[in-house]
Amino acid sequence: MKQLFAVIGMNVRSIPQRAGMSIATITSVAFMVAVLLGFLAMANGFEKTINGSGSDDVAVFLRGGSQAEVNSVLAREDARLIEVAPGIATDESGDPIMSAELYVIVDGTKRSSQTEANLPLRGVQQQAVNLRQNFALTGGRMFEPGTAELVVGEGVIREFEGFDLGQTIRLGSNTWTIVGTFSTGGSVFDSEVWADLGVVQNLYQRGSSVQSLRARLTSPDAIEDVRAYVEGEDRLNLDVTSEREYFADSAGGIATLLKFVGWPLSIVMAIGAFAGAWNTMYSSVDSRTREIATLRTIGFSGFTAFMGTLIESLVLALLGGALAILVIYILFNGNSASTLGGGFTQIVFSFEVTLGSVISGLVLALSVGFLGGIIPGIRAARVPLLAVHQN
Amino acid sequence: MTDQQPLYQLRDLSKTYTRGKESISIFKGLDMDIQHGDFIAIMGPSGSGKTTLLNQLGGIDSPSSGQVVFEGKRIDNLSQGALAKWRSRNVGFIFQFYNLMPTLSAAQNVELPLLLTGLSGGERKKRVKTALEIVGIADRAGHKPRQLSGGQQQRVAIARAIVADPKILLADEPTGDLDRTTADEILGMLQQLNTELGKTIVMVTHDPSAAKYAKRELYLDKGEFVERGNRS
Repeated sequence: MKQLFAVIGMNVRSIPQRAGMSIATITSVAFMVAVLLGFLAMANGFEKTINGSGSDDVAVFLRGGSQAEVNSVLAREDARLIEVAPGIATDESGDPIMSAELYVIVDGTKRSSQTEANLPLRGVQQQAVNLRQNFALTGGRMFEPGTAELVVGEGVIREFEGFDLGQTIRLGSNTWTIVGTFSTGGSVFDSEVWADLGVVQNLYQRGSSVQSLRARLTSPDAIEDVRAYVEGEDRLNLDVTSEREYFADSAGGIATLLKFVGWPLSIVMAIGAFAGAWNTMYSSVDSRTREIATLRTIGFSGFTAFMGTLIESLVLALLGGALAILVIYILFNGNSASTLGGGFTQIVFSFEVTLGSVISGLVLALSVGFLGGIIPGIRAARVPLLAVHQN
Repeated sequence: MTDQQPLYQLRDLSKTYTRGKESISIFKGLDMDIQHGDFIAIMGPSGSGKTTLLNQLGGIDSPSSGQVVFEGKRIDNLSQGALAKWRSRNVGFIFQFYNLMPTLSAAQNVELPLLLTGLSGGERKKRVKTALEIVGIADRAGHKPRQLSGGQQQRVAIARAIVADPKILLADEPTGDLDRTTADEILGMLQQLNTELGKTIVMVTHDPSAAKYAKRELYLDKGEFVERGNRS
């Protein structure tokens, strides 16, 4: 072991002698890991937002076959029939905890690019706040029913211009006043703007129709009772899902897509990084041929020469991986971004560099280091002893 | 083993290199004994096989035929692993271009052969210090090779060669890269190691004035030895 550590130490200490090539290898590994971590951070953040958005004990009702809120239309009658369905929870005064909601797409200006992007304006009833986990007003107050007042999610404020508390904003042909800001702990609803249902119905000429109904269930299992009720009621043509299932179906695929883009792209870059590591390690062995031959002449084994080269390659790869993790963490972790969600509107989420992503990045970096060092390592182990006489 | 038994016995030693279809014979049928305490200078023109012979003695090259016997045991038929062990226990090498590890200090370079032994860290340090003192460079123990002159580097290389107390020192043109004054200092040191510490030394050189420091001068030409001088 002493000889092994001595040779590894010599190899690692000699890295600055090949600074140019070593830096190129570190950089190429860093780029590869950075791309992977970037995509994974995006996917993790998006997934967290989606997963944090749905509850098992909230049922979402949409018109049968509509799949997304934006395609759905429900009549006032539907809401009345749902109110009496078994399994719907009630508040202290015996009223069902449910909210009929209208979902309208409006334009907002993104702070980062100054371009227009879709934003969901949701008309809600008073119980809406009780149907979102972790709902909290973070500034101002709730809108007054019957007025053109808005409360705005924190994600919207971060990503879009003109939604600060107290401002007035023109959405389409209507002018609104922002009277409050809210947070739902980073869920999809933080990317929404809320107003009174009746006002939205009037201003957007939707009559008494809504697009979705949300209702608190007495328990997660009660969803089956509600389904049975809806299927048995001829006047209803609705799809019933738990809110968690709804978000998983409508937007969860995007997180998977991000991961499926991130990995292949990183693997393509890994081929380049591998070639760089290989080249650097060949150069390392070539430049130290006489040193390696001298050590073996003294009595050091070929295995130590192999391991010295391999570990040097792994160290370079590890440095590249660590650099990427540091940069991605500092630049992206917790940063806000938005992407198109299931309802053709922007979902604001935060990049999240997780321990799992970091481990994936390091494993990829070390794999490149291992593959890049193994053949040069074998070459080092086979350096002819007669090279000891080289000048 | 007894003192009467030669340290080395070379018997009918031949070395042939093949280049394409052509075979080049470096030497053929060499016989030679090296006694304990010898200091032999091997001379000869370029390409006469001086270094090739040294490589056979050091077990870093194998003969095409014949035997290399060390303390009564053949080493020419040992495996690479066994030869590496044998070298670490018995041979100290001194090279023309010093062959020091550039990233290690003088002391760390000298310590290298001891890493192959079971000695403790403290014992290794003690031996390194002694070896550096013998070659008169203990005050440069912490210096890297690039901070040392050629003569100082060769002293470090000699310290590395003797630190594990090997039975034979093999020196390949040890003064070939040094000026005359420094060369004389290094050769004087080798002579001292031979006379005072009883080290057996085989030195390859093409410099007649360097050969004068040895007890025996052997001239290798056309694959045969000619004894030029014996001062033992």
